[in-house]
Amino acid sequence: MAEERRQKQCSVTLPTESMKAMAESVGVGQLQEESCAALSEEVSYRIKEIAQDALKFMHHGKRRKLTTSDLDNALKLKNVEPLYGFQSQDFIPFRFASGGGRELHFYEEKEVDLSDIINTPLPRVPLDVSLKAPKEQQKVESTEPLKIVKPGQEEESTIPGKSQGAITADGKGKEKGLIRLKPRSTHELSVEQQLYYKEITEACVGSCEAKRAEALQSIATDPGLYQMLPRFSTFISEGVRVNVVQNNLALLIYLMRMVKALMDNPTLYLEKYLHELIPAVVTCIVSKQLCLRPDVDNHWALRDFAARLMAQSCKTFSTTTNNIQSPWLDEKTQWTTRYGCIAGLSELGPDVIKTLILPRLTIEGARIKAVMEGPVVSNIDKIGADHVQSLLLKHCASVIYRIDYGYLGPMLCSHVMKARTQAALQAQQVNRTTLTITQPRPTLTVSQSGLCGSVGQRTPSIIKVPSSLTLMSPRPGTPSQPSPPATKYIVMATSAGASSTQQVITLSSSQSASPVTSTVPSATSTLQPLVKLESGSGPGLTGSRPMQKYIVVSLPSSASSSLETKSSVLPTSISSNPLEAVMKLDRSESPGASTQSPH
Amino acid sequence: MAAVQGGLVDAVEEKDIKTEPSSDGIGNNNANDGGPLSASPSSSASAGSNKSSAGAPEDQQTLLAVLQFLKKNKLTESVDILRREAGLPEDSLDLKGGDSSGLLSCHHHLVLNAHLTETFSPTAAGEDQPDVNVVLSAYSQQGDPKLYPVYYSGLKRFIESVLDCHRAELSQVFYPLFVHMYLELVYNNYESEAKAFFEKYTGDQECYYEDDLRILSSLSKREHMRGNETLLDFRTSKFVLRISRDSYQLLKRHLQERQNNQIWNIIQEHLYIDIFDGMPRSKSQIDAMSGSLAGEGKREANKAKVYYGLLKEPEIELPLDDEDEEAENEEGKPKKKKPKKDSMGSKSKKQDPHAPSQTRIPLPELKDSDKLDKIMYMKEATKRIRLGPDNLPSICFYSFLNAYQGLTAVDFTDDSSLIAGGFADSTVRVWSVTPKKLRKVKSAADLNLIDKESDDVLERIMDEKTASESKILYGHSGPVYGISFSPDRNYLLSSSEDGTVRLWSLQTFTCLVGYKGHNYPVWDTHFSPHGYYFISGGHDRVARLWATDHYQPLRMFSGHLADITCTRFHPNSNYVATGSSDRTIRLWDVLNGNCVRIFTGHKGPIHALAFSPNGKFLASGATDGRVLLWDIGNGMMFGELKGHTDSIYSLRFSRDGEILASGSMDNTVRLWDALKAFDDLETDDFTAATGHVHLQDNSQELLLGTYVSKSTPVIHLHFTRRNLLLAAGSYNP
Repeated sequence: MAEERRQKQCSVTLPTESMKAMAESVGVGQLQEESCAALSEEVSYRIKEIAQDALKFMHHGKRRKLTTSDLDNALKLKNVEPLYGFQSQDFIPFRFASGGGRELHFYEEKEVDLSDIINTPLPRVPLDVSLKAPKEQQKVESTEPLKIVKPGQEEESTIPGKSQGAITADGKGKEKGLIRLKPRSTHELSVEQQLYYKEITEACVGSCEAKRAEALQSIATDPGLYQMLPRFSTFISEGVRVNVVQNNLALLIYLMRMVKALMDNPTLYLEKYLHELIPAVVTCIVSKQLCLRPDVDNHWALRDFAARLMAQSCKTFSTTTNNIQSPWLDEKTQWTTRYGCIAGLSELGPDVIKTLILPRLTIEGARIKAVMEGPVVSNIDKIGADHVQSLLLKHCASVIYRIDYGYLGPMLCSHVMKARTQAALQAQQVNRTTLTITQPRPTLTVSQSGLCGSVGQRTPSIIKVPSSLTLMSPRPGTPSQPSPPATKYIVMATSAGASSTQQVITLSSSQSASPVTSTVPSATSTLQPLVKLESGSGPGLTGSRPMQKYIVVSLPSSASSSLETKSSVLPTSISSNPLEAVMKLDRSESPGASTQSPH
Repeated sequence: MAAVQGGLVDAVEEKDIKTEPSSDGIGNNNANDGGPLSASPSSSASAGSNKSSAGAPEDQQTLLAVLQFLKKNKLTESVDILRREAGLPEDSLDLKGGDSSGLLSCHHHLVLNAHLTETFSPTAAGEDQPDVNVVLSAYSQQGDPKLYPVYYSGLKRFIESVLDCHRAELSQVFYPLFVHMYLELVYNNYESEAKAFFEKYTGDQECYYEDDLRILSSLSKREHMRGNETLLDFRTSKFVLRISRDSYQLLKRHLQERQNNQIWNIIQEHLYIDIFDGMPRSKSQIDAMSGSLAGEGKREANKAKVYYGLLKEPEIELPLDDEDEEAENEEGKPKKKKPKKDSMGSKSKKQDPHAPSQTRIPLPELKDSDKLDKIMYMKEATKRIRLGPDNLPSICFYSFLNAYQGLTAVDFTDDSSLIAGGFADSTVRVWSVTPKKLRKVKSAADLNLIDKESDDVLERIMDEKTASESKILYGHSGPVYGISFSPDRNYLLSSSEDGTVRLWSLQTFTCLVGYKGHNYPVWDTHFSPHGYYFISGGHDRVARLWATDHYQPLRMFSGHLADITCTRFHPNSNYVATGSSDRTIRLWDVLNGNCVRIFTGHKGPIHALAFSPNGKFLASGATDGRVLLWDIGNGMMFGELKGHTDSIYSLRFSRDGEILASGSMDNTVRLWDALKAFDDLETDDFTAATGHVHLQDNSQELLLGTYVSKSTPVIHLHFTRRNLLLAAGSYNP
C-alpha cells in the first residue's frame, strides 16, 4: 500500500497539455512537445518542493490545514514573488468549458456593480481574539466578563468518555485534572414539575398497565421535558442497575420502554445523556441473567427490544458500538449474553452482520452443535442455544444471500427458506421422535444431600454439561475392559455456575459390587458431597430431600469414537439429508440403549 | 578509521574527492606561475607505474594532485611512498618544491605568501562550505551506474542470508546506499534507471525515512540537485552508522570477495562507520537510535564533558542586605554561607561536581527587583504541592477564542502573571491574567512632572489611562513563530517569518530592538533563564546566540542539516539545546560554541524540548508523536514515551521534576511519571557502559493521565510556581 503510494509520488507530473495551455496564456503559441515535457517535469518538481516547504510553515503555524499563506511563505523562502490576493470562495476557482474541439479553463469573474458594494451594509466585524480561562481563574481575573461560551468547549467531559467505551463510560477519572469544568447548571424543578416527575416515574414502573401506557405516551410526546431529562436518565440508569441485580425482569422491561419513549420524543435531545442511557440499555442486552428463572421467563424479548433500542440510538446519534462485540468474543460467555450480543449487533444492519457476525458463524455453529447434539444437555443451555440459533438464522440468512446474489438475495432467501422449512420440519420431527427414545434423561434420580447449598435457591437443580463427552473420551482412565464389557457410567452434575463434576462409575456386569466412583473434576469444580453420596450411602437411596437429577450415560469402550459421527450439523443440517440425520441418531442410540440405572 | 583500513585503492579513491579542490589550486598556480606544473605530467608520463598504465594524462594529473595534497598537509612519508609506487620521478615534485623555494628566494616574498593563501583558501573553503560542483562531482567518476540495481540486490541477498544477529545491523546500510545510488543515477542523467531503481527498492526502506524518500522521489534531474539543501547536506555529511566489528568484517569480506567496488566506494565516501566491539545490536536497539537525516550521532560526539549541574542560587536574605549581595554575586560564596531557608534542596548544589563554575559565562548581576522576585519565588515554592503519581496536578486550560487558527506561539511568564501569544497576522498580544492591568509608562513630558523622591515612584510613572487587560504589539511583517518572556518580565522576545527577532519592552509596550541576522524565517527563540542572553534558530539551519545589548549575534551554532525548529536554554545558561527537522537534537556549549551532544532517535522534526529542573535530563517531542528522554551526562536515550497520536508542541517538567507534561496537536495533555523514568535509568548502568540503549516499552506504566480537550490543540504548557499546570491553545471550531 505504502509502496504503491510512493511509486505514485515518484511518477506524478503535470500533463504537458497544461504546459501548452499556460504557454498560450502568456502568448507563446507553438511550444514543442519536448519543451513541454521538460517544462512539466521541472514545474512538477518545483511545485512539490514548494509544497514541502509550505508544509513546514503549516507545522510551525500549529495547524492541520495547509493555507494559501503557507504557500506564499514558501515562495518567499525561494525568493519568488508570492501570489498576492489569491482569494477564492470555492474549492476550485476554475470553470471548464469545451467547444470546437478545444477545452478551456477559466476564472469565472462576475461583473460587480460598485454601487452595490458601497450600499451593502458592512458585515459584522469579526470578533477579536480573546483569552478564555476556566471559571476559577475568572474569579481571580474579576474583570473578565463571562464570554460567550462556545458549545462544546464545556462539554469536553462527556464526549470522550463515550468513545472510550459505552459500557464503562467515564472510566477511572478521565477528566480528573483538566479544567474545573463549569458545573452543569443545576436546573431547579418547579413544584409542578416535581409532581409530574413523581407521577410519571411511578406510573412507569407501577403495576397498572393503563397508567403506564399513558405515562409513556406523555414522555414520548410532551415537549417540555427537557428540564427533567437528566433526572429521567439517572432514574433509568439507577433503575437498571438495581433491577439487574435483583433479576427483576418486569421492571427492566418497563425501564426500557421508558428509554424508548424518551427516544421517541422529538423535542428531547438525548445525546448528552447517552453516557447514562447506553450502559443501561447494553446491560439489558448482554447481561448474563435478567430474570429469576431464565429457563421459563421470556427475557429474550427484553434483549431483542433493548437491542432495537440500541440500534436506534446508534442510528440517531451515530456512535459506534463495537464494544458489544467484546463479551461475545470470549469463549466462555453464557448463552444469554451471547444472544444479547448477536441481537444487538444484528440490529445494526447488514453491514455489521457481515463484518462482525458472519466470520464467526462457523464457530458459533460448532458451539451450538455441541449443545444441541450433545447427548447430555441442560435445559437452560439448550434453550439458549436454540434461541441463538434461530436468531442467527433469522439475521444472517438474508445477509448471506444478499452478499451472494445482490438485490434478489433477500427474496431468494425467503423462498429457499420456505421451501426448506418443509423438509427441515420433517427432519426435525424425525429428530424429535428418535430423540425422545434415545435420550436417557430421566433414567436416574439420586437424592442429594449436600448439594442444595451450592445450587442456590433453585430447587429443580439443573444439570449442565460444560464440554460434553469430548472430555471423557480421550481419558486414559477408560481403557476397554476385558470380555464382559464393564459398563462405564459418567455422571455429570453441575451447579449453577461453571463448576461441574463428572464421575465415572464403573460397574461390573454382575452389578453386585458396590460402585467404584472416581471423580474427574472438570474445570474448577469440586463437588465433594456428590462423591460422598455415591460411595457412602450407596445407590437406591431416595428420600424426601430435594431432587438432584443425574444423567448417566453409559460409555461402552467402543463408544469413544461416537463423537466423530457428529460432523457439521448446524444451520446446514436443514439442507442435509434427513436420512443421514437418522443414521446419526441410530448410532448414538447404541450407548443410550445400554443405559440403565445402577440400582 | 574505516577509510584507512580500506587499503591503498580506497585511499586513492577517497582522495579523489579532494582532488578537485586541490587541482583548483593547481589551476591557480598554473595561471600564476606558468610553466612548471604543466611540464610535470609530460616528464613523468614516461615512468611506467601500475596506476598510470592506463596512460591517461588525467591519472597523472590526479596523482600529482594527490601528491600535492599530501604535501600540503605535511604527510611527507606518504608522499615518498606514493611517489615511489607511482614511479613518479623525484623531480616532478622537486620542480614544485623548487618552484616555491625558488620563489622564496626570489624577490616576491610577499607575493608568495599571497599565493599560498590563495592556493589554500579554496581548499579550506571547499571543506568548510563545499562548493556545489565539487561535491556533486564526487558522483561523476563512477563506473556504470546501470548496474546499481544488480549491486544493490546482490548486497540485499547477502544481507538477508547472514546470521540474524548481523542482519539488523547490516540492514542499516541499505538506506544510505539506496539514497546515494539513486542520487548518482540522477546525477549521471540516467533518469529512467533512477526511477526504476527507486521504485524497485523504495519499499525496502524503513518507514521512518518516508519523508526523505518523498523529497527524493520528486528529484529526477541533475538540475534539481543543485538547489536542494537537504540533499546537499546529505551528501556533504557522512551518514553515520554504528556497526559492531563482526558485522563490519562480514560486510567488508563480502564486498571484497565480490570485487564490489561500487558499493565499497559509496561506503567509503559517504558513510561513516562507527565500529564498536561487542555484541551486535538488535533491531529494536537500532531502530531506537536511527531515523535522523544523517544517521546516528557518532559516539565520540557525545563524549565531551557537559556541566549539567545547576548554578548556585545567589543567596538572598529575606530582609535585603545590600553589601552582602555584592560580595556574593561577584566573587563566589565562600565568604559567608548561611544555610538556606528555602526548601528547594539547594544544599546539594554546593558540592555538585557537574555544575559549571559560576563565572564560566558572564551572567548579569541581579538587580533589586530580581531579588524581590527571587524572594517571591521562594515564598511560593514553600507552598508548592508535591506532585507524584497519586497527586497529579490540576490543569488549567487557557483557550484562545476567535483566533481563527492564527495562534502560533504562546508563552507564560515564570510567575504566571502574563500570557503572550504570537499570531499568524504578525501581531504579538500580551494578556494579564491577574487583576493587575497592563499599563504603559508615562510619556517623557509627564515623567518630568512626577516627584522622583516619593516612595511609590514606580507606581507613579505608570499611566493609569492606558490600563487594559491586553496589549497588542505591532512590528513584525510575518507570522510570529516563537515567543519568550525575559525572566524579569520586562522584556518579550518574538521571532517571525520575516527573519527578525524583536525585543519588546513590557513597560512601554514598544519594540526596542529588531535583531537581524537570520535571513529566513526564525522558528523559535528563547530567553536564558538568567536573562540577557537569548537563542534563536530558524530555517537557515544556524542557531544564533544573542545578548540583548548587541545587535549582532555572539555565537553561531551551525551543524544541523535542516531547519532548527526549537531552541531552549539549559537551566544553568551554559548550554543551549536545539531541535531540528533533520530529526536530531544538538546541545551546544555557549562558552565556546562547540556541539557537545547529538541526540538521534526521533523520526520526525522536533518541535518541543524541555530540560528537567535539575538540568540532568532533556525531554524532546517530535511530529512522530513520541517523547524521548535523554541523559545529558552520558548522552544516552533512556526513555521513550509513546501515546500521542499527533505532533507534540509542548513539553514541560513540573517544578520539582516529578512529572513531565506533554501537549500535542491531538488535543490532549498527557502526564508522565518522570521520576519513575529517571529511577529506571539509575538502576541500569549496563547501557551506559556499552553505549547501547535498551528501552523497555513501559510507556503505559509511565503514563499517569490523558486529558482531552474537545478541539483545542495544546501548544504550550507551563507549571506555576506552585505546580499548577497551565495549558494554552486556540480553540478550533
